Amino acid sequence: MSEVLLSVDAVTMQFGGVTALDNVSLHINKGEILGLIGPNGAGKTTCFNVITGVYAPTKGFVSFDNKSLLGLKRYQITKRGIARTFQNIRLFPDMSAVENVMVGIDAHSKTSVVGAVLGIPRSKREERESRERAHELLKFIGIDEYAEVAARNLPYGHQRRLEIARALGTNPQLLCLDEPAAGFNPAEKQELNELILKIRAQGYTVLLIEHDMNVVMKISDRIAVLDFGKKIAEGLPEEMRNNPDVIAAYLGVPDDAA
Amino acid sequence: MSLTESFRRRTAPQLHVGNKFRSLPKSARWSIGAIIIAACYFTPYWPDVPVLGWIVDTPGTSFENVLTDQIMMFILVALGLNVVVGFAGLLDLGYVGFYAVGAYTTAVMTSGQFSWPWIAAMPLSILMAMIAGVVLGTPTLRLRGDYLAIVTLGFGEIIRITANNSDWLGGPRGINKIARPPSFGPFEFSVLNAKPYWYLGFTVILIVIFVLTRLENSRVGRAWAAVREDEDAAELMGVNTFKFKLWAFAIGAAIGGLAGALYASKVGFVNPDNFQLQLSILFLAAVVLGGTGSMYGVIMGGILVAWIPERFRGFDTRRYFVFGVVLVLVMVFRPQGIIPRRTAAAGISGKEESE
Repeated sequence: MSEVLLSVDAVTMQFGGVTALDNVSLHINKGEILGLIGPNGAGKTTCFNVITGVYAPTKGFVSFDNKSLLGLKRYQITKRGIARTFQNIRLFPDMSAVENVMVGIDAHSKTSVVGAVLGIPRSKREERESRERAHELLKFIGIDEYAEVAARNLPYGHQRRLEIARALGTNPQLLCLDEPAAGFNPAEKQELNELILKIRAQGYTVLLIEHDMNVVMKISDRIAVLDFGKKIAEGLPEEMRNNPDVIAAYLGVPDDAA
Repeated sequence: MSLTESFRRRTAPQLHVGNKFRSLPKSARWSIGAIIIAACYFTPYWPDVPVLGWIVDTPGTSFENVLTDQIMMFILVALGLNVVVGFAGLLDLGYVGFYAVGAYTTAVMTSGQFSWPWIAAMPLSILMAMIAGVVLGTPTLRLRGDYLAIVTLGFGEIIRITANNSDWLGGPRGINKIARPPSFGPFEFSVLNAKPYWYLGFTVILIVIFVLTRLENSRVGRAWAAVREDEDAAELMGVNTFKFKLWAFAIGAAIGGLAGALYASKVGFVNPDNFQLQLSILFLAAVVLGGTGSMYGVIMGGILVAWIPERFRGFDTRRYFVFGVVLVLVMVFRPQGIIPRRTAAAGISGKEESE
């Protein structure tokens, strides 16, 4: 019994003559971790960008919670409940860790410019609540002692975690992680796995792009594989491990098989 | 680490006066604040104080008039431009346009056929400048960086040239007989006495600082900072970037218009030559010199940009050379400005900072 949260229907994304995504369909059920894998240039990040509204697809539909996302502005999609992290860290470097998270939380804040100037009670309450919530999230991902440190001065691993906290700040239903383990050593990867499972346990649905097979295979409920913009396989992690198409995409086709 | 980056870190302030101030008990902060504010209200009398008088002295010009016609305006304008450039990170090279809109609105409404009272023209001037900000911002805030700078530069020129070519705005001769603020108790606003203008202007400055502090420390200020740091990431984190950029433009424009309106009612006449492109550049210089994004910094920048050329009037035409040298020196030794924007704490410890 599973309910579809996000569905990507026959999406094609072309940039000039280049087809980055070719008729890709995906769906994510509520509460699951879907791993999206594929070799470099397969279209994983493009797929993310279509889902989060960075690109409007050339063809096809994206719907979330049974409502179409097409035509919505990026910030509107975020407010609907999709949050993401970036392959290359894109924090607000001069703002402190807690302020970074508060920007995400502000997505649902109702305080207007006038309200902020007048210092109306709602504005003060929202400010206090969002700071409290930000500290909660920093504790949750384990970097609360760095709350007042500028994002640019955080160690690399903490910056990656802070991106996740900022995304969780927007109170998403679906959390999209774009290569969260990039640059991590095995111990850090292990910690990240635990963190992602903890996030899922809190009721979030996770879409995970990852190169690292250890991460993806261990924690994903299902895996979808992209290659040259096409979805070549989808299924349980064990099935993918033995799928000849997937092996071919990653390792190349042996000469004698051709 | 790039050369500029290492340079920036080397010049970053290690100990911040502001942080020290904030660590004082509340009563101490209030008393120090009250003393500073009181001292500032008495600025017109500073030339009579020994030593201080020699420092602030403006040879050949009345200090009072420099204070009200130049310094006061530059402080207000720097505060307003700082919202756009410092808080939201949008480069605006045509800020003088809003200043002109405010000045001309007061000029047109209080002189000649309308003869509105000063107190009625003031809010209208602010509103008109704000509308100008929204009208300019709506189509142009899709642009970024240099492109936005070019468009705003054009805007400033359009306003000046329009004024120059419109008869109802007085054309090149401009408009005179602009209303003065009504006398208030012992304070009479006249040509001979500039002091009341300072009392009025400084009060306005305090109000503007109060409003901007509230904004800076709210979600609005955070949204602006997020846009400044990474506009795409900000939008993907749920910030309605266009809305907040437009607000920055509108609020900045409103303060510029307010400054223009005060200027018009102080000097009593305006003409298009008061609103040259050079003024936009000086406004921006005030912001950058003082410390982009730091309110007390840009106030200091505004004061210096307005005051230095007058202080060194004795150097005759070479005074702008002195001014230029000061600008260059500050930028070399303190690229983040005289009083830099307060940023979050540096690294936890030296070793964890490097990657």
